[in-house]
Order: sequence, then structure tokens, then C-alpha cells
Amino acid sequence: MAENTATISEVKEKEPLLSKKNRKLVTDPLDGNNPITVQVLGICSALAITAQMKPALVMGIAVIFVMCCSSVVTSLIRHTIPGSIRIVVQLAVVATFVIIVNEILLAFVYDVAKNLGAFIGLIITNCIVMGRLEAFAMGNKPWPSFLDAFGNALGYAVIILIVAFFRELLGAGSIFGIKVFEAIGFAYQGNGLMLLPAGASIVLGLLIWLQRSLNGYVEEA
Amino acid sequence: MDLINIGIRSIFVDNMIFAYFLGMCSFLAVSKNVKTAVGLGVAVTFVLALTVPLNWLIYNYALKKGALAWIGPDFAALDLSFLMLIIFISVISAFVQLLEMLIEKFSPALYGALGIFLPLIAVNCSILGGALFMLGRPYGLAEATVFGLGSGIGWLLAVVSLAAIREKLKYSNVPAPLRGLGITFILVGLMSFGFLSFLGFTL
Repeated sequence: MAENTATISEVKEKEPLLSKKNRKLVTDPLDGNNPITVQVLGICSALAITAQMKPALVMGIAVIFVMCCSSVVTSLIRHTIPGSIRIVVQLAVVATFVIIVNEILLAFVYDVAKNLGAFIGLIITNCIVMGRLEAFAMGNKPWPSFLDAFGNALGYAVIILIVAFFRELLGAGSIFGIKVFEAIGFAYQGNGLMLLPAGASIVLGLLIWLQRSLNGYVEEA
Repeated sequence: MDLINIGIRSIFVDNMIFAYFLGMCSFLAVSKNVKTAVGLGVAVTFVLALTVPLNWLIYNYALKKGALAWIGPDFAALDLSFLMLIIFISVISAFVQLLEMLIEKFSPALYGALGIFLPLIAVNCSILGGALFMLGRPYGLAEATVFGLGSGIGWLLAVVSLAAIREKLKYSNVPAPLRGLGITFILVGLMSFGFLSFLGFTL
């Protein structure tokens, strides 16, 4: 009964679909509260699959899909999940969508799926997904949860694309597999270190340096 | 000899952190001081060493195509490998829950120090990653166990050494925007270059 009244009051305080508050949910994670560079979530895949632009793009889209769907589902069933087993329930929801993504990728873009390998499965343990489910979707209505998930996934995708851009450009001298340096008439010797995850770590470190110099955020170590 | 080689490889050459960058989230978060780093490292080693062989058994005797043939010929054509991810993650989270209860009972101090990171071992990518990598290699049960244990020890080694460096880092004058996360990433990158020297190392 108490739950019924709660849902009624939720319906009453209706607000426009893209109100200021909701827009903020999407734009915040793009810079000031970015999941990778500020919240330190989802680092593993950001370092591991960013050697080339194409897998990074596929990964970004996969994460956006998984996060949006699992956030909405978790938000819809948030009143029925018992607190003590919520992690298992959340993991089951996320795993379901990751399996769907995995099967779709294997069916349509087999070479990229092979290239990403275990990392598609590892979206399940991508902390961004769990972190946002736990921090946001468990306590909010489906639409804001969707926006929050979309914003965070987009923030993630933007960062991995930037890292992938520099790694592929400096490591192999190409962008999306197109040899840009040769196209403008330079001979470029690829820097192999950039293709290793270690190169990604350093690129990400420098990116964080740049971002924090721009927005003035300082961490007390 | 093969087993020793797999062990050495998984600790140094294919180090979970420095070669695959798995389990980075908790790696960055708990590496602020050596003591918590050791505690979490041991817990991760324990979970990896037990869940990798357990998942090996489940995959080979229940999920793989034709793996259910031991029940009867009717089951021989079944291929349940699409269930792999969800089963693996359930096994892992059940184990983490068990570990949490054990630590709470026997070492309340460590339990307090690890805090939220203990349940988060369930979503530590290195655990699920270990289980998935194991499938891509022609390992038997013994090899899988050694691989799990070695990967765990490799993770422990990495997190403790980074924690030791970060403790020293407190006394150095790092540019303000680079402090904290930024310098840690660059450090991890440099350490990873160092670990490259183990490449191709066999006994």
C-alpha cells in the first residue's frame, strides 16, 4: 500500500522530459564528473581496447547500450529487489544485456568481436555500469536513470575515443585504419610503445593532467 | 616443469595489471598504503586461485558443446556456452560473499580496513578476466589452478609495489593538476614498461 502512494506522488510531480535538471544529468559526466577521469571507473577496458579507433568505437556503443538498458530495468524493479542480494540481481541484469551484445557482435561484426575477445564479457565487471546502477538507478525513476546512464556511458565513450585516437595516430600512424601520415606524404615510423596498454596509461595520465589544468580540479593526495 | 612455467608466466610476463590492465579500479583505489594493498591482494589471490579451477570444471563438464554427454547421449548435442558469462559471474560473487564472511569472522581489523572494496572484488575485472582467459588457452585442471594462483600473486605483487611507490610520492612536489590520479597513471605506465623486460622469459 505504501508503495502505491509512493508511485502516485511520483506521477504527480511530473516535469518536462528535458528539464534543466535532466539535461544536467547528461552533460555533467561529459566533463566535470567524467566516469573515467574523475570517478575512476571503468579503467580496465579504457586501457585495454584503445589501441585502435574501430574497436574503441564498437566498445563505446556496446557500453552505451548495456548501461541504458540495465539502468532502466534496474530502476523499474528497484522496489522489488531485496537489499541483501541486490548485487547479484544487478549483475544478472547486466550480464543478460552483455550476452545480447556479445551474440549480436559475433553475428554481425565477427572480426571486431574476435579482436575485443574477453573484453565484451568484461563489460559485466566494468565498474561504470555497476557504479551507476548502485549509485543512481537504485534510487531514481526510469527516465532520469536512463539519462544518467546515457550521459555516463557517453562520457566513457568520448574518453576512450580520444585515447584511441592518439594511440592509433602515434602508434600506427593511422585513424580508423586509414594511413593519414602517408596520405599527406610523410613516412611515419609507428611507435610500438603506444600500442601497448602501458602507452594508454601514459596517454590517459596526460589527458587527466590537461583536463584538470583546464577545469582547475585538484586532488589532495 | 610446465606448471612452473605457467606460474612464472602468469606472475611476471602476463601480469594481470601490467600486461592486461585488468582489475585497475580497485588497484588504483587501494594502492594508497601498503597495508591495505597487501590485504586486498591476498583476498584477490585467494578468490582467483579458487574460482578459476571451479569455472574450468563448470565449463568443461556442464557448458561446453557436448560437455553434458556424461549424463546421457541425449544431452551430447547441447551447447550451453552462451550461459558462460552469467554462470561465471554468479560463481565469483558467491565466492566473494563467502570470503567476506570468513574475513569478518577471523580478522575484523582487515575487514574494517578493506571496507567497500571487499564486495567489489566480485566486479574486479581480473577475476572474471582470469576465468575468460583460461578458456582461450589449452589448459587442464592443474594448469588452470596454477594460472589462477599465479595471476593472483601477480596482482598482489603489482598492487603492493605501486602502494610502496605512492607512499614515497607523498614527499615529492608534483604539479597540482597532475596530483593523485594523473601521476598514478603515468607511474603505472612506466612500471608496465619495466615489466616488459620479462617478455619471452621462460625457465
